[in-house]
Amino acid sequence: MRDQGAGSPVIEARGLELTFQTSDGPVHALKNVNLLIGKGEFVSFIGPSGCGKTTFLRAIAALEHPTAGVLTVNGMTPEEARKSRAYGYVFQAAGLYPWRTIAGNIRLPLEIMGFSRDEQERRVRDVLQLVDLEGFGKKYPWQLSGGMQQRASIARALAFDAEILLMDEPFGALDEIVRDRLNEELLKLWNRTGKTIGFVTHSIPEAVYLSTKIVVMSPRPGRITDVIDSPLPKERPLDIRDSREFIEIAHRVREGLRAGHSYDE
Amino acid sequence: MKSVLPILTVVAVIVALWYAAAVWMNAQWVYDQAARADTEVTLAEVIPQTLAQERPVLPAPHQVAAELWKSVVGQKVTSKRSLIYHGWITLSATLLGFAIGTGLGILLAVGIIHNRAMDLSVMPWAIASQTIPILAIAPMIIVVMNSVGLSGLLPKAVISAYLSFFPVVVGMVKGLRSPDAMQLDLLRTYNASRGETFWKLRLPASMPYLFASLKVGVAASLVGAIVGELPTGAVAGLGARLLSGSYYGQTVQIWAALFAAAIAAAALVGIIGAIQRVTLRRMGMAR
Ligand SMILES: Nc1ncnc2c1ncn2[C@@H]1O[C@H](COP(=O)(O)OP(=O)(O)O)[C@@H](O)[C@H]1O
Ligand SMILES: [Mg+2]
Repeated sequence: MRDQGAGSPVIEARGLELTFQTSDGPVHALKNVNLLIGKGEFVSFIGPSGCGKTTFLRAIAALEHPTAGVLTVNGMTPEEARKSRAYGYVFQAAGLYPWRTIAGNIRLPLEIMGFSRDEQERRVRDVLQLVDLEGFGKKYPWQLSGGMQQRASIARALAFDAEILLMDEPFGALDEIVRDRLNEELLKLWNRTGKTIGFVTHSIPEAVYLSTKIVVMSPRPGRITDVIDSPLPKERPLDIRDSREFIEIAHRVREGLRAGHSYDE
Repeated sequence: MKSVLPILTVVAVIVALWYAAAVWMNAQWVYDQAARADTEVTLAEVIPQTLAQERPVLPAPHQVAAELWKSVVGQKVTSKRSLIYHGWITLSATLLGFAIGTGLGILLAVGIIHNRAMDLSVMPWAIASQTIPILAIAPMIIVVMNSVGLSGLLPKAVISAYLSFFPVVVGMVKGLRSPDAMQLDLLRTYNASRGETFWKLRLPASMPYLFASLKVGVAASLVGAIVGELPTGAVAGLGARLLSGSYYGQTVQIWAALFAAAIAAAALVGIIGAIQRVTLRRMGMAR
């Protein structure tokens, strides 16, 4: 095991392997992945495309099935963890239903999970406030900007109070200005709620700014090349990105990415 | 206003061409009459006569319009000479057949997307069913149903349904499959059941596809109902009007019935379009 999490382990991977059988032969998406994620950590996965970031996140969410190794979430199998509503998943596209209002979209998981009407309304109100979308509940998705839609999709993932939030390049499709603001808001949200967050990105500044732990990955076969524990404080104003510490971590991430690539040559 | 002008222009051109064609096609009869009576006719005398014949090869637009007016407004709706009476007979078979066809189409589509065996087996049969000419299969349906004591409305509705279920199956299969992998994965993360996935995602996502299919389906239903009236020599319905018109060479009556059918089809498609707009707006899917 490479390191210790901040709290008790929430996600644990040991010798994790995942191979896709395709028509061009097997694709080794994950090879010998070992990782411990503690409660309340903010973990970023960074690496070039095709290195298995999405696959790892999907395996945690029981959307893919590892071919070897151990993967536990809250000490359970990913399937059991899903049944106990352990995590909320945020995809790259907001994927809101056009036929539901913003409130209706956030209500979707609550309806499926069988919350009472009153409880649904209360939770929708709470998470709308949490992502700064009060007053937009009755709007339809197309009436909102891309950034607001993505905030709504985060609210949807938060609505049922999962302890873990898995986010796969949630701001990848947004412009940099919107992205900066959403990053800042996400940090605040994380501070307030104390959730464990797994966050896929391929932006080095984004990974360094957000994370308590940065997992650097490299492709063919997808594997972890470095795990960096960030010394940055929990409170992070945007201008922390000009600090010496920040630049040093960013440098180390870049080095890790470069080292991963050298396998190709 | 901008869209009205081009439409009126096209209509005017069609009417003009129609009159020209009527003069040209009906002139022979005028010349034949004149030859028989051993008289000469000038062109100026021919033209008015071509547009006022009782049994023209091609009736002029105003003759069709007059016949339509006479048989729609000028008759009691219970009269055998009223196009409203005949139109309603056909329309009732159309609506019943459309309801059956739509219901069947939706059920088949639901089966196809949920059951692999149905996916592989139903679609080829559905396609094969549409390659058989309806004129060949309509008499058989009527004969078979007659032999078990079913006649009148129901056999026609069955032929109607036979034509209208197909666009609904094709459209609904496409619509129910329209949610992408990400949307399905999202529901999996909620542990949603197949039923919940169907009601909350697949069905609402299929609505635009359903309405597109219904418009095609309702027009096909009307064709089916009319075709269903032909082989029995039915005494009532638009198909019967077409048939009796052709027996007695009543071309004006044939054309009036054709126009009545076209107007009915346009009205049915228009009604579905209106329901579509209201429904999609209610669902928030229309902008
Ligand atoms: N469903 C799948 N079937 C086959 N190969 C896949 C599938 N999903 C991902 N892969 C392959 O696995 C590798 C890792 O993919 P992915 O996890 O999406 O990478 P990343 O998210 O880091 O860009 C890639 O080579 C990709 O082509
Ligand atoms: Mg990815």
